[in-house]
Amino acid sequence: MSRIKSALTGAHFMNGDVACAEGAIAVGCRFFAGYPITPATEIAEHLSQRMPEFGGIYVQMEDEIASLAAVIGASYSGLKAMTATSGPGFSLMQENIGLAVMTEAPCVIVDVMRGGPSTGQPTMPGQQDVMQAKWGSHGDYGIIALTPSSVQEMFDLTVEAFNLSEAYRVPTLLMGDEIVGHMWEKVVIPSPDKIRIVNRKKPNVSPEKYLPFKPDDDLVPPMACFGEGYHFHSTGLTHDEHGYPRTSSSEVQSKLVRRLCDKIQKNADKIVKVEEVMLEDAEVVVVAYGIVARAALSAIRKAREKGIKAGLLRLITLWPFPEERVAKAAKRARAIVVPEMNCGQMVREVERVAKETPVVFLSKLGEEPHTPLEILEAIRRSK
Amino acid sequence: MVQETVPVVVHPFSKYLRAEMMPHIWCQGCGNGVLLNCFVHALDELQTDLDKLVVVSGIGCIGRTAGYMNADSFHTTHGRALAFATGVKLANPELEIVVISGDGDLFAIGGNHFIHAARRNIGIKVLCANNLNYGMTGGQQGPTTPLESVTTTSPYGNIEHPFNLVHLAAASGSTYVARWTSLHVRRLTQSIKKMLQKEGFCFVEMLSPCPEIYGRYNKMRSGLEMMSWFKKASVVENFSDPSKADITPERIVVGEFVDIEKLSYEKMLHEKISKINEKAIEGVS
Amino acid sequence: MPERIRHAPLDLEQFKPAKAEIHLIKDECKGCGYCIEFCPKKVLEESDEINARGVHPPKVVDEDKCIICSFCSAVCPDFAIFVVEKKNKEGK
Repeated sequence: MSRIKSALTGAHFMNGDVACAEGAIAVGCRFFAGYPITPATEIAEHLSQRMPEFGGIYVQMEDEIASLAAVIGASYSGLKAMTATSGPGFSLMQENIGLAVMTEAPCVIVDVMRGGPSTGQPTMPGQQDVMQAKWGSHGDYGIIALTPSSVQEMFDLTVEAFNLSEAYRVPTLLMGDEIVGHMWEKVVIPSPDKIRIVNRKKPNVSPEKYLPFKPDDDLVPPMACFGEGYHFHSTGLTHDEHGYPRTSSSEVQSKLVRRLCDKIQKNADKIVKVEEVMLEDAEVVVVAYGIVARAALSAIRKAREKGIKAGLLRLITLWPFPEERVAKAAKRARAIVVPEMNCGQMVREVERVAKETPVVFLSKLGEEPHTPLEILEAIRRSK
Repeated sequence: MVQETVPVVVHPFSKYLRAEMMPHIWCQGCGNGVLLNCFVHALDELQTDLDKLVVVSGIGCIGRTAGYMNADSFHTTHGRALAFATGVKLANPELEIVVISGDGDLFAIGGNHFIHAARRNIGIKVLCANNLNYGMTGGQQGPTTPLESVTTTSPYGNIEHPFNLVHLAAASGSTYVARWTSLHVRRLTQSIKKMLQKEGFCFVEMLSPCPEIYGRYNKMRSGLEMMSWFKKASVVENFSDPSKADITPERIVVGEFVDIEKLSYEKMLHEKISKINEKAIEGVS
Repeated sequence: MPERIRHAPLDLEQFKPAKAEIHLIKDECKGCGYCIEFCPKKVLEESDEINARGVHPPKVVDEDKCIICSFCSAVCPDFAIFVVEKKNKEGK
């Protein structure tokens, strides 16, 4: 491969899409295949310019389906690979997300969410794809989805997404939204030696003994790549540890599918990340994520000024759902407020986990996220 | 007395196949076995480095080929073999990528990916087993089913004009295009050899008998009857106009149709990347 | 234009065409009949025995007639037949 040019460091003023692209480069992503779609196009445009500077590959494929297929191919050839899209493209990618999950291909898929459904509002924010992130592809599987609230997080969480996808051999989703993608903020980029990089486990046996889908204790199999002499087979069909199709065995199906789910669920404590603000004595807890969490933060501060004990539980990991953290906050609280820019998606998970604690859902659709005053009003009413 | 051990009869091509996956699932007389045989024969004549070979296949009977080859292999979702292979080739241009797939996988659901891969001229070699229907799912009509053929979804006779695959491949920009039938085993092997040594996007179509399904529905009840159609109707017309290369009950035009030189996508891309990378490093240091 | 040879080559005795050794992997055969049908010397015939697949594999009728064209080997979809040159006692 080519000599590495050193990545961008220091404080910069940039928009979220560009920060995401720079995060990918900083963590070692050297393959991007994509298709233009508002509001994620800037990621593709920026990488088309930056990737070759690092000896990386940018290719514009004919559609989103091909983009993700090419990403999986590059991942199997040993490169860290990603694609970026929005709602309509995300729907197209679902089948290949299933393929990536089934063949345990590490890759990152960025969905800069916009108003849906269908073509919707391309230039307006939304949070309508968050359930699709978990359930979008057919079949049962586990997946990781992160959601940034700031341009700095667009950088940081892209790095995190790559690390998680390599560690767990799973496609990892970065669920941004149009505002976080297009707004400009200060980003502080650490020097390369300060950025934590995780690489996929490589096999430590000879090719004759290698079983491509035999997991280690962490439920993740080591991954050989094409051209290393392992002569392995990988398929989207249900397969055994050799990778060979076994379409008639219920035992093989059960073992494989449960492992794909457990791989994420049983490692959830290592994966899940949340931010807790003033939660220790909170009587009203706001559970929010993405751009809405910014308004929620302002709202709980205003609430505290008015003497209401409000706190914020900001979800950074959407999937696996931070059940324990939400349950813990719900137990201590008298009410939970969930503002979302959709008709009720993550709130269902919160309700499931919160059990007895009443949950108030605040829905908003369109160009503006909730204002702090709107959330404050909901906090006041639910107290 | 010297005890002579009876030697176990091992086919000379066994080393190219995954013994634990054989015998293959294909029917009696299926052309897929012939295609696999010719492909392996070509690899053997070229003494191809199996460590650098990647076989990618789509969904279909022919899609099982990836599981039978003793090389790095991947069985993708329906129609996406070429897009996946594009990612592999660009990430590691040293690898020899061969896509082995069927007429439905490559030209119906995969049609868009085919024309763009050919247009880009990415150095992927495509072997298409054209059995004139969707065999794996039971024999439905496909994009290459001849007019008036009976299939399970065209019980009154197919009224869709079929694709002329060599014309499509040539028009999309392939550097090498050939069509043979499963009877023309020698020429098919030679075409595969040529393809493996050529730069750019190459396409070889093999007209394949599907006697259990397509043949049975269309009055050719055995592999031998389908092969006798190939024998009776084939005419070799090398470098004739691909748009006139028909497949009809009376006439099957076979041969090599395109053999040109064109700079491949991965070569252009990596040259450009090297230049930009060098410039960027000089700019920094 | 090559000159027509009107007599047999004078050193014809020195050249013996190689003898064929036809190997049948009988249980792999699916009974398609391609090798039998397309052999130019009609060396193969359908046998009466039934193999592990329940079909009649081919049998060699006259191995001496085989010219080692290997068409049977090339056209077999099941890797069930191949032909090699018979090695004589010295292993040549």
